[in-house]
Amino acid sequence: MSLTLEQVQKIARLARIEISETEAGTTRDHLNGIFQLIEQMQAVDTRGVEPMAHAQEQSQRLRDDIVSEPDCRAACLAIAPETEAGLYLVPKVIE
Amino acid sequence: MINKSLKQLGQALAAKDISSVELTTLFLDRIARHNPELNAFISVDRDRSLAQARAADARLASASVAQPAAPLTGIPIAQKDLFCTTGWKTTCGSKMLADFVSPYDAAVIAKLRDEAGMVTLGKTNMDEFAMGSSNETSWFGPVKNPWDMAHVSGGSSGGSAAAVAARLAPAATGTDTGGSIRQPAAFCNLTGLKPTYGVVSRYGMIAFASSLDQGGPLATSAEDCALLLNAMSGFDARDSTSLDRPPEDYARALEKPLNGLRIGLPKEFFNDGCEPAVMAAVEAAIAEYRKLGATTVDISLPNSHLAVPAYYVIAPAEASSNLARFDGLRYGYRAPDYDGLDDLYMKTRAQGFGAEVKRRVLIGAYVLSHGYYDAYYLQAQRIRRLIAGDFAAAFTSCDVIIGPTSPTTAFKLGERTADLVKMYLSDIYTIAVNLAGLPAMSIPCGFADGLPTGLQLIGNYFDEARLLNAAHRYQMTTGWHERMPEGI
Repeated sequence: MSLTLEQVQKIARLARIEISETEAGTTRDHLNGIFQLIEQMQAVDTRGVEPMAHAQEQSQRLRDDIVSEPDCRAACLAIAPETEAGLYLVPKVIE
Repeated sequence: MINKSLKQLGQALAAKDISSVELTTLFLDRIARHNPELNAFISVDRDRSLAQARAADARLASASVAQPAAPLTGIPIAQKDLFCTTGWKTTCGSKMLADFVSPYDAAVIAKLRDEAGMVTLGKTNMDEFAMGSSNETSWFGPVKNPWDMAHVSGGSSGGSAAAVAARLAPAATGTDTGGSIRQPAAFCNLTGLKPTYGVVSRYGMIAFASSLDQGGPLATSAEDCALLLNAMSGFDARDSTSLDRPPEDYARALEKPLNGLRIGLPKEFFNDGCEPAVMAAVEAAIAEYRKLGATTVDISLPNSHLAVPAYYVIAPAEASSNLARFDGLRYGYRAPDYDGLDDLYMKTRAQGFGAEVKRRVLIGAYVLSHGYYDAYYLQAQRIRRLIAGDFAAAFTSCDVIIGPTSPTTAFKLGERTADLVKMYLSDIYTIAVNLAGLPAMSIPCGFADGLPTGLQLIGNYFDEARLLNAAHRYQMTTGWHERMPEGI
C-alpha cells in the first residue's frame, strides 16, 4: 500500500490538522514507511480470531445515577482561551 | 542521603534524623545544579515543594507508635508531566499544553501527595503526549542520559528516568503504553515497573492509547518500586477500567527464596535482533538466576514479531480519538489567526502538535476510516488476541518470562530521529506486554561500553509481587542497581 498526496490531505482534513503542500510530501513518505511496517500484519491468517479490544475483558461497570462530581464550571472556564457569560466562545458558525 | 532507599529515607524521617524540608531542599538544590544540562524537569516550584515538605513534617511530628505516619511520608518524588496536577503546569511535553494548569488532580498525584504524604519535587520531561522512545519529541527539548550526555535517556518517561539516575529525585512516576517506563529504566540503570493493566488508576493521566496506558514507578530498586506501587495502586471508580480488587502488599514476597522459580526464555527474544553486548549481560543475569535456584525453560511467543505492527495501528487509532479533544476552544493552545471555526481547529492542531504526534493522529484517522477499518484496525485487534494467547500458553510452563528490555543500550541523541521505523523497533521486546495487559519490569543487569543494560521480567496477570521478588533477590546478590553515573 502506498498513500497518495491527495489521500494524505484527506486524512489530515479528517483529523483537522492543516498540512501545507510542502509538508504533505514529507508526511506521505513518513506514513508510507510506517505502513510498510504495519503491512506485515496482512500476511497473517486471523480467520476465526475474535478481535481483542481490551486487556481485561469485563463488562462496563455501571454506577448509580447520582451527582458524584463537584461543580467545577468556574475552574474549567478559567482555563479556556475565550469565554463570555459562562460560555465558551467560538468563531461565528451561522451567518 | 541521595543513595538511600525509600525505606531508609522513611526511617530517617520517622526517627527525625532529617526533616522533609531538609531532604526536599537537598534534592531541589541538585535539580538547580544539574537540570540545566540534563533537562529532566519541565517544571520546578521550590516554594510549593517546600510547603508540601512542611506539611509532611507536621504529619511526621504528630505521628505516634499507635498512629504512625504513612511509610513514604515526607519523601520527595518527581512526577511525569502527564499526570494532571493542581497548582502546577501539566504540559504532557507539548506546545498544545505548554501553559495548561489542570483544575483537578490525577488519582496518582492525589494518592502519592495526600494519602502517602510524598512531596512533589517537580514535573518531568517526556516525549510529546508520551509518543516516542527517546524523549526527543518533547516540545521542551530532549533529555540527556546522565550516564553519557551525548545519549538519549529513553522515552517516553525520559525525564523521570534521567532525574532518578542522576539522583535529582529518589524516585519518580512514569507511564507505559509500549515500553515507556521499562525502556528508559533500562537506558538509565533503573528499576521500572509497568503494572497489570487496571491496577493503577488512569484518572487524570492524559490519555494516549487508553487500552494500553498504565502508570507505574521508576526507582533505583525493586524494593522501592514495591513501596511506590503500594501507594499508587488501588481501585478508582472514576477510571472505567480500574479493577476492583482487594488491596495487596506488593512488598510481601520480596525476600522469598527463588528455589523452584520457573523462568521462561522466549526464543524470539534471543535472536540476532539484539546487540551482542546487551545479550551477554542478559545471559549473565540468567546464569545468576540459576545460581539463585531458578530453573529455565525454553518457550516460544510465535506472534511476538507482529506486536510492533499491531501496536502502530491500535495505539494511533486510540490516540487519534483521544487527541480529538485538543480543539483550541476549552483549554490549551489556540492559533492566533484563523478564518472560521474549522480553520481554528485546523491551525490550532497544526501549530500545537509536533511532527510525531501529527503522524500518529493521521495514522489513526486513516486506519479507522471507512474502507480501512477491517483491514487494519480489526486485523490488529485479532493479532492482539494471538499475542495475548501466546503469553497465556507460555505461562502454563513458566512463572516469569525473562529477556532483554531493549535490543540496544541508549543510542545517541539525533541518531534515530530520521529513521522512524528503527526508532519504533526500539520497543520490540516491550510492546507485546502492553497489548496483552501484563505486568513487567526492567532491572539493571550490567553495562555495555559504559552504558546500562536492562533485563526485562514479564509476569502473569496480577503477579507483580512475584516479579518484584525475582527482581529483589537478583539485586541482593548483584548490585548493578546501586551504580550511579560519575560526575553528578
